[in-house]
Amino acid sequence: MFDLSQAEIAAVLLSLKVSLWAVGISLPFGIATAWVLARLEFPGKTLLDALIHVPLVVPPVVVGYLLLLLFGRNGFLGGPLYDTFGITITFSWQGAAVAAAVMAFPLMVRAIRLSIDAIDTRLEQAARTLGARPFDVFLTITLPLTASGIVVGVILAFARALGEFGATITFVSAIPGETTTLPVSLYTLSQIPGEETGAVRLVVLSLIVAFGAMFTAEVIARRVRKRIAGS
Amino acid sequence: MSLAVDVWKNLGAFTVDARFDCTDGITALFGKSGAGKTSIIQMMAGLIRPQRGRIEIDGQAVFDSAQGINVPPDRRRIGYVFQDARLFPHMNVRRNLEYGRRRRGASDASPDFGEVVDVLGIGNLLDRRTHLLSGGERQRVAIGRALLSAPRMLLMDEPLASLDPERKAEIIPFVSKVQVQFRLPIVYVSHSVDEVLQLADTMVLVAEGGIAAVGPVEDVMNRPDLVRITGTGDAGSVIPAQVADSDPNFGITTLSFLGGEFRLPAAGLEQGKRLRLRVRARDVSLALTRPQDVSVMNIFEGTVTSVSNSGRPQTDVSVDVGGTIIWSQITHKSLSELDIEPGCTVYVMVKAVAIDDPVVHP
Repeated sequence: MFDLSQAEIAAVLLSLKVSLWAVGISLPFGIATAWVLARLEFPGKTLLDALIHVPLVVPPVVVGYLLLLLFGRNGFLGGPLYDTFGITITFSWQGAAVAAAVMAFPLMVRAIRLSIDAIDTRLEQAARTLGARPFDVFLTITLPLTASGIVVGVILAFARALGEFGATITFVSAIPGETTTLPVSLYTLSQIPGEETGAVRLVVLSLIVAFGAMFTAEVIARRVRKRIAGS
Repeated sequence: MSLAVDVWKNLGAFTVDARFDCTDGITALFGKSGAGKTSIIQMMAGLIRPQRGRIEIDGQAVFDSAQGINVPPDRRRIGYVFQDARLFPHMNVRRNLEYGRRRRGASDASPDFGEVVDVLGIGNLLDRRTHLLSGGERQRVAIGRALLSAPRMLLMDEPLASLDPERKAEIIPFVSKVQVQFRLPIVYVSHSVDEVLQLADTMVLVAEGGIAAVGPVEDVMNRPDLVRITGTGDAGSVIPAQVADSDPNFGITTLSFLGGEFRLPAAGLEQGKRLRLRVRARDVSLALTRPQDVSVMNIFEGTVTSVSNSGRPQTDVSVDVGGTIIWSQITHKSLSELDIEPGCTVYVMVKAVAIDDPVVHP
C-alpha cells in the first residue's frame, strides 16, 4: 500500500512546512504575549486576553473569513502589504501558515504563560543584585526556566497547526500543490466519488505523521525537562 | 567604607522609618520578626523603593528621593545573600558562582575565584546541581556567588534562619572569615542573639520599622531601656572578656572583664582569647552583704543603677560592677524586702554553671 504518490508526498511535506512556519513565526510573539499577560498589569489586559483566545472559541471558518477580510487585497493589512511589497498571502502556502499560526496561538500562549507564572520571581531579583540588567535576567533566568513551558507550547501549537482545516480552506482555499495540506487534500478527495482508497491512504498517512511528530516532540520535551530539572 | 541609610516607606501594616550609619566590620540589623529588617535591606539593595529618603555608600548616593536618584539593583554593587539562598536551579554550582562574576565591571576588583571557593570550602561541589546541595552548602554557595560579583558590601538576610543548629554552627565561622579575608563590610540581619554575639561588632536595633538604637553590640544589648526589645525571658548582660587563666584540675577557666574575673566551667580556651559572655538576668542573684560559705563562685560588689518597674512580679535590676553592667532579675517581693533602690551597694552572685558557653568573637 505504501508506495506514495507524488501528490501524497507533496501533501505531507506541505503540511510539515506550513506547521513549522506557523510555529516558528508565532513563537517570539507567543513568548512576548505570555510574558506580558503573566507579568504586566495594564488597562485592557482582559480584552487582550480575550482577543488572543478568540480562535479557541469561534468556529475556525469565522477565523478564516476574518483573515480573508484582513489580508485580502483591499483588507486592512493586505492592502498596504500588496501596495508596499507586492505580496499577497491569500491563496498561498504562506497564508496557510498564517491561518495555522492564528489558530494555534492561544494554545501556545497558555502553555508558556503557565510556566512563566510558575517561575519564582525572587530568582530574578537575585540575578539583579548580581549585576544583571532586566533583559539579561529575562534571557538567562526567565527564559531557561520557561523552557519546559515553551516546549509544551510549541508541541501543542504544532499539533494544532498540523490538523488545521477550517480556517485554512476558508482563507487560502484548496489550490493543488500550494495549499493542499494533508487535511485539505483529504477533504478534497472525500468529495470526489470513487476516491475512497486515496482518502483512506491519506487518513493513514495523517495518523503516521501525527504520531511521528508527537513522538519526536515528547523525546525533545523529556530532554529539556531533564536539562533544567531543578528544585 | 561608610554607609548612610535614611529611608521612609509606608508598608501598610507598618511604616519603615529608619536612619542609621554603619562602617566597616559586621553590623547586625537586629529585631523581632516583622520589625522591618528585611524591608530595610531590600531598600538598600534597590529591591524595594523607599517613598522618601537617601541611601549613600562612601558619599555616593544610590537613592535620593529629593534629587530623583534611584540606582537600579544591578548597578549598586551591593551583594545580597538571601535567607533561602536563591541559587539558580538550571545552573550547576560553578555557573551560579560565575553569574555575578561575569557581569561585574572590568575595573571592579573582585576576589579570586579559587580563593573564594577555598575559604567557603565548596571546591568539591562545583559540578553539582543545586538541588542536590544541603542547606548549609546552599548558603555557602550563595555567599560565594555574592562575593564574586565584586560588591562594595554584603547584605545577609538571616542566612542561617532556615538551617538546623548544627548547620548554623557550620556557617557562622565562614561569615566571620569572609569579612576578615575579603575586608567587606557586612550588614547581617538576624533575630538571634547568639548569631549577633558571635558575629557582629555594631548593632542596629530595629523595632516597629524604626531604629531603636545603634552602637557596639555590648552597649546596645545592655541598655536598660531596650531590654524589652532586645529580648524577653532570655534577657541579660553581654560582657566582653578575655581568657586569663585555666585550672585543668577542676576544668575551671578564669576570664577577666572590666569589673573583675569570672570563673566558669569551660575547657580548651586559649589564654588571651577574646570572648563575649552572656549572663542571663534570671541567673543572677543579689545580696546586701558579702555572702559567706556559698557555692557560688562569681561574687562581685557593685552599685545598683536602675530598677525597672514593669508592674509584673519580676523586676530587672541593673548593677554597675567596675564599669560593666550586670543585669539581675529578682522578684518584686525580694526587691522590696531588701529595700533595693538605685545607689545601693549590692553583691552580685552568678553561678558558674549557669553561664552559657562563652561566645568566641574575633
